[in-house]
Amino acid sequence: MTTPANNLVYERPEAFTETPTHYCPGCTHGVAHRLVAEVLEEMNITDKTIGVAPVGCAVFAYNYFDVDFVEAPHGRAPAMATGVKRVLPDRVVFTYQGDGDLASIGMGEIVHAAARGENLTVIFINNANFGMTGGQMAPTTLPGMKTSSSQNGRDVETQGYPIKVSEMLSTLEGVGYCVRRSLHDPKNIRLAKKAIRTAFETQVRGLGFSMVELLSTCPTNWGMTPVNSLKFVEEHMIPAYPLGDYKISDAIKQIKI
Amino acid sequence: MPKELWKGNEAIAEAAVRAGLEAYFGYPITPQTEVLEYLSRRMPELGRAFVQAESELGAVNMVYGAACTGVRVMSSSSSPGVSLMMEGLSYIAGTEVPAVLVNVMRGGPGLGNIAPAQSDYNQAVHGGGHGDYPRIVLAPASVQEAIDLTVLSFDLAEKYRMITMLILDGAIGQMMEPAEMPEMKPVHRQDFDWATNATMGKRERRLLTSIYLNPLDEEQTNLRLLNRWKEVQANEVRYKEYFIDDAEIVIVGFGTAGRVALSAVRTAREQGIKVGLLRPITVSPFPTERLSQLTGQARAFLVTEMNMGQMLDDVQLTVRGRVPVEFYGRPGGVVPFPDEILNEIKRINSAPTAGHTDARDAWLTRMTAQV
Ligand SMILES: Cc1ncc(C[n+]2csc(CCOP(=O)(O)OP(=O)(O)O)c2C)c(N)n1
Ligand code: SF4
Ligand SMILES: [Mg+2]
Repeated sequence: MTTPANNLVYERPEAFTETPTHYCPGCTHGVAHRLVAEVLEEMNITDKTIGVAPVGCAVFAYNYFDVDFVEAPHGRAPAMATGVKRVLPDRVVFTYQGDGDLASIGMGEIVHAAARGENLTVIFINNANFGMTGGQMAPTTLPGMKTSSSQNGRDVETQGYPIKVSEMLSTLEGVGYCVRRSLHDPKNIRLAKKAIRTAFETQVRGLGFSMVELLSTCPTNWGMTPVNSLKFVEEHMIPAYPLGDYKISDAIKQIKI
Repeated sequence: MPKELWKGNEAIAEAAVRAGLEAYFGYPITPQTEVLEYLSRRMPELGRAFVQAESELGAVNMVYGAACTGVRVMSSSSSPGVSLMMEGLSYIAGTEVPAVLVNVMRGGPGLGNIAPAQSDYNQAVHGGGHGDYPRIVLAPASVQEAIDLTVLSFDLAEKYRMITMLILDGAIGQMMEPAEMPEMKPVHRQDFDWATNATMGKRERRLLTSIYLNPLDEEQTNLRLLNRWKEVQANEVRYKEYFIDDAEIVIVGFGTAGRVALSAVRTAREQGIKVGLLRPITVSPFPTERLSQLTGQARAFLVTEMNMGQMLDDVQLTVRGRVPVEFYGRPGGVVPFPDEILNEIKRINSAPTAGHTDARDAWLTRMTAQV
């Protein structure tokens, strides 16, 4: 007879608190949270982790993780995390940021934290819009994509082109690990988790700045069902933002997980 | 400790180190840069954190992060850079964490110039960042006082979980004077019950944030800040008085403007004019009570500032028209000479302006005629 314990296929990671989600149905922010929590638990670093929450839909990230948290001004999480990590170098510090937060208002902070090779881990949620404020255009919005502030579709002539953050940051010497993954299906979710694990391993080993960009959904503001949103990621986001390893330093390549 | 010759900016940097500064984050800007330069050498030598940030926005948020862990942290800048820090200051205030910020003020608005000014009094004392929040502001008038107030600023920031700002004009930052440094204090990390320094498996998790989505919670936070501010007002007012006992005319001036006024007061005294000086050291909390007492004694006040009359408003609010308040200012990065203030003292002594004349208007008329 099987007991419930050895039949268990799914449970709340220890690094999670018991908080009902505030994210919209089908939003992949929750998936990303879970992956981070699982990695913290597997690496046994929950106790020494300090999170830095962004301004965006993940402003309440601190409600879910059972770790100390601070809440940064919009875009400034990498600077705030720098302050934390520089005085507590033996702690694990991560930021969790959206694309408006990281690639628009906080572009200066992220580029320089990466350039300084700050030993931080950044979880970067690219959902091609400003989710929290109602779906306005982000620097990552696809050409032609309709948002509440590009209602006829993003016109690259007047509204510019998408920013490929992983490609850009990977040119910086201080970056140890920089990859893009997607959360649109189970296989990719597993690959994303492995990347998140590697990013935290990078930090724990002091191998420089680590970032995982995650292509994510925003069904509410995209005006799509959760399933169609996942398809949108696969069919439209991935071609514009190719998945891949943009930088993995030699020392990190040696890490066996 | 024996007296040594110290440059104001470097003295502040070393005093902070001796007070247990564990982290400094800054960005170059004249006339403050020596603080950053000095600490770029000194902090790593002691194994403490130093980062030249990408901007003042970066710097203030690094300060914010480090402050959340409960260590002694500071930044320094000058007027345009401090403007960029206002977002961070508001968040620090809303999160109720201690931090020290030095503003070595210069002429403005805009890029202005790099000459000494007191142009940011209002920004420091009354405003700056968004939202309802008080902060402590100290105004040294000499290198020695800059050292002493730097040390004090860390204690006050921690005691009241509040931003403490030092505002000094470029002159004090740049000049050299003999001054005595305090003893080197070993770094002592306090075990604050609010610090987010990771649970280490020993306690419940902590959260530091300035978000209170429920207006009733934000209101409670505002009231908590105000109640704490009442304590600051009751316990931390500091000022210095000179020749005040029998003074009939009282000058009110802070920092360099106060110091220049003191020279004028001395000369006027030699000429038999009963004039004294009240020099606020805490411009926030403002020495309102003392000023009110002096209103009963003085027949006129003269406010001297290196701006267009910013503290003037606070003096007028306290004096409330009971006796005439006059103003003499040099804005834009100009430092007044003692003679200019002496002339004002003599003018007021012989024919004080009527109480109903607007002090700033009267000054503007005289200035326009002169310049
Ligand atoms: C200084 C400042 N400007 C603007 C805002 C309003 N704001 C809140 S969240 C947000 C965009 C967040 O978008 P993103 O980072 O992509 O996060 P998402 O909600 O999509 O996960 C904006 C513009 C703010 N809080 N602060
Ligand atoms: S608005 Fe978009 S990003 Fe925000 S929780 Fe809803 S689906 Fe997710
Ligand atoms: Mg977004």
